[in-house]
Amino acid sequence: MLEFPTWKKIWLWGLTLLLAACALPSLMSMTSANWPSALPEPTVNLGLDLAGGSHILLEAERSEVAAQRLENIEDSVRTIMRSAEPRIRIGDISTQGGNLSFMVERAADVDRARELLLPIINGQGLTREWNLTVRDETRFVLTPTPEGTDNAVTQAMDSATEVVRKRIDELGTREPTIIRQGDTRIVVQVPGLQDPEQLKELLGQTAKLEFKLVDQTALPSDVQQGIAPPGSQIFPYSDDSDFAGSSIAVRRLGGIQGDSLVNATQGFDPDTNEAVVNIQFDQQGATKFSRLTTQNVGKPFAIILDGAVLSAPNINEPIRGGGAQISGSFSVESAAALAISLRSGALPVDLAIIEERTVGPDLGERSIRQGLLAMMIGSVAVVVLMIATYGRFGVYATAALVLNVLMLLGIMAVLNTTLTLPGIAGFVLTIGAAVDANVLINERIREERKRGRRVIAAVENGYKEATRAIYDANITNFIAGVLLFLFGSGPIRGFAVVLVIGLFTSVFTAVVLTRLWVSGWLRKTRPADIAI
Amino acid sequence: MKLLKLVPDDTNIKFLKLRVPFYIVSVLLIIASWALVFTQGLNYGVDFAGGLEVRATFEQTQEAPIPDVRNKVGALGYGDATVQRFGEDNQVSIRVRLPEEAADNKETAQAIANEIVGTLKADYPDFRLDGNDNVSGKVSGEFREDAVLALVAAMLAVALYIWIRFEWQFGVGALFALFHDVSLTLGMFALFQLEFSLQIIAAILAIIGYSLNDTIVVYDRIRENLKKFRKMPLPELLDLSVNETLARTVMTSLTLLVALVPLLAFGPESLFGLVAAITLGIFVGTYSSVYMAAPLLIWLGVDSNSFVPKETEADKQEAAARKLTEG
Repeated sequence: MLEFPTWKKIWLWGLTLLLAACALPSLMSMTSANWPSALPEPTVNLGLDLAGGSHILLEAERSEVAAQRLENIEDSVRTIMRSAEPRIRIGDISTQGGNLSFMVERAADVDRARELLLPIINGQGLTREWNLTVRDETRFVLTPTPEGTDNAVTQAMDSATEVVRKRIDELGTREPTIIRQGDTRIVVQVPGLQDPEQLKELLGQTAKLEFKLVDQTALPSDVQQGIAPPGSQIFPYSDDSDFAGSSIAVRRLGGIQGDSLVNATQGFDPDTNEAVVNIQFDQQGATKFSRLTTQNVGKPFAIILDGAVLSAPNINEPIRGGGAQISGSFSVESAAALAISLRSGALPVDLAIIEERTVGPDLGERSIRQGLLAMMIGSVAVVVLMIATYGRFGVYATAALVLNVLMLLGIMAVLNTTLTLPGIAGFVLTIGAAVDANVLINERIREERKRGRRVIAAVENGYKEATRAIYDANITNFIAGVLLFLFGSGPIRGFAVVLVIGLFTSVFTAVVLTRLWVSGWLRKTRPADIAI
Repeated sequence: MKLLKLVPDDTNIKFLKLRVPFYIVSVLLIIASWALVFTQGLNYGVDFAGGLEVRATFEQTQEAPIPDVRNKVGALGYGDATVQRFGEDNQVSIRVRLPEEAADNKETAQAIANEIVGTLKADYPDFRLDGNDNVSGKVSGEFREDAVLALVAAMLAVALYIWIRFEWQFGVGALFALFHDVSLTLGMFALFQLEFSLQIIAAILAIIGYSLNDTIVVYDRIRENLKKFRKMPLPELLDLSVNETLARTVMTSLTLLVALVPLLAFGPESLFGLVAAITLGIFVGTYSSVYMAAPLLIWLGVDSNSFVPKETEADKQEAAARKLTEG
């Protein structure tokens, strides 16, 4: 009991003080506002529920990715067949039922067509992207494989995450967290964000920009009924445009996609003084755009954003140099938001906001101040109670408790974990466990003394007997904590992390450290009786 | 210095004498709790129900005009709004269930939130938005499933561990005590229609953790005494064990209470539900360790031999081995 070799003492004290020291930056930054926030030392992150800010959960629909993928392969098939030498004529192309099917007009072309499709259905990786069957001699059916769809979803989410990151960076907010969650979700957390509206507007926009020629041959009555002439598609006007509620027919092919953009900025139309978005194409896009406008002077083209027509101006003269202007009843804010979205690129898939939480920054700060005050009052009460009950042993227990809190904070800072409101419940439980451990030990020592054991034997036995119950209780809670972490979601995990770390620090401080101190004191004074 | 002794030496309360009536009351309470949960339902916050919650402060007023806010928000046509005091007298939380089609439509939810804030701002210039939550039905459903799954998994694993460490009767006893604690907490939330959110799940977890601690301390003493007093009748032995750990039980509960009460009184409002649930849990958890977990051992048939066979078997083998080497 009394034997604590020097190396062990150094090791215990070193570890304790090192971890406790790691807690200091966090304590400082939590209590005083003027502590420099750009400290190199690690600090505990405060969750948004404590510090204020916005939490947004975005989700993509798997089915939408699949539909997009089907659309892409339709385009690929058309292109491949058209550019084959000699050209392979296909017809009756359809994407119903989640499959792509089409007919090869001449049966003699079937083998050649199959050959040409092999690279795209096998994909680049090891997984097969599509299953190909040929029915009735000439009908090709491409069915997506689950692996292929998985790949497409992963890719779409990876690039969506990148786009989201770029857009948020444009807002210039401090330390946003952007994480992929599960297969189809992205968590965005922005601490201290004052105005989540702007953020949501940015994230809710896919920003898929297209320029397509208006099909002037379409009959207005057909268009309103949703009937498009062959080779054309119907698009609705955007809700914000002057023609909201009506639709327009545009040529399916020969347009330009917004992905060849290099820059987009908000500006004003020199003539009307309306807010507009100025865009700049890259070399390839500029060439295409110049050709499109040269060949179609005097005809209207539609500017389509996320499947809705913003405006359909006439091409007055060829537009060379790769710059263009998008108009469409913008406010300055919405034009600026669109410019950011276009600059950051289009989202490969539409993201819906399925969860949003915002906590005002005042609230968070006040919560912490009140919480700290209440904790201080509580701590004083605990200290008084412990010392009044166990005397010197109560002092040791109190010191252990303080170090426990510091070590727990220190470890959380080093691991860069986030302290949330549920985490505070975990904190309370940890402190309870630490208090309980010392109570168990001290009550045991009392008992042993009552049975007439001598001081050193009583202390030794007290620690030995109590430790078993302490370990059992802590291991049980540890198991519970691990399972909560595995099966729980956000807030439950926040609780579990603090609980698990706290179990280690509370056992360490309440059992090991107090024992070190008690043994040191006993060895030095060798008391015949102890007050406990 | 004279030290404080909360529990006098040689306390000998006959806890187990009243075990049957206490058990009947507890089982009735458990049944009543579940009946309440199923009939009244829990007052799910937006975490679990989905929907929209706006929290705001009326900065210039002492007391928030709750009835008026309720009428104004109700008049917007999104069904009855739940308007509650939240924190200070001049702070409110406004909850609206989203219409079916809005649950998965990002713009609708946002538009409704903006409309509520706009309407109230127009009428009350001192309206300050403190925050808003907006959870789609899909996510809230997942939260519910996750929470239940996590709770059940944790409770079963804990029971399994106690079975291995002690005996199966102890595992069952602990599981039952936990079930008791969770049931009563849920019943309490159903009875008073307190808002049930993810934070409360964290509180229930803390309660489980605390109750478990208590139960194991008592069980540990029972195991020790079972080995020590082989001839003592079980009810008497359980009483002895509970009495021996009573000083610890009282002291620990009291210490935690003195730490929690200031948090209830002066702590941030956002912590109130959490801290209240944990405080309640200390009482429930302590009670269940003494009156649920311990007496159940009698009915499950624990006796002095529970911890013996394994040891004698090991002893026998050891003795046999010793004989062999000696011989």
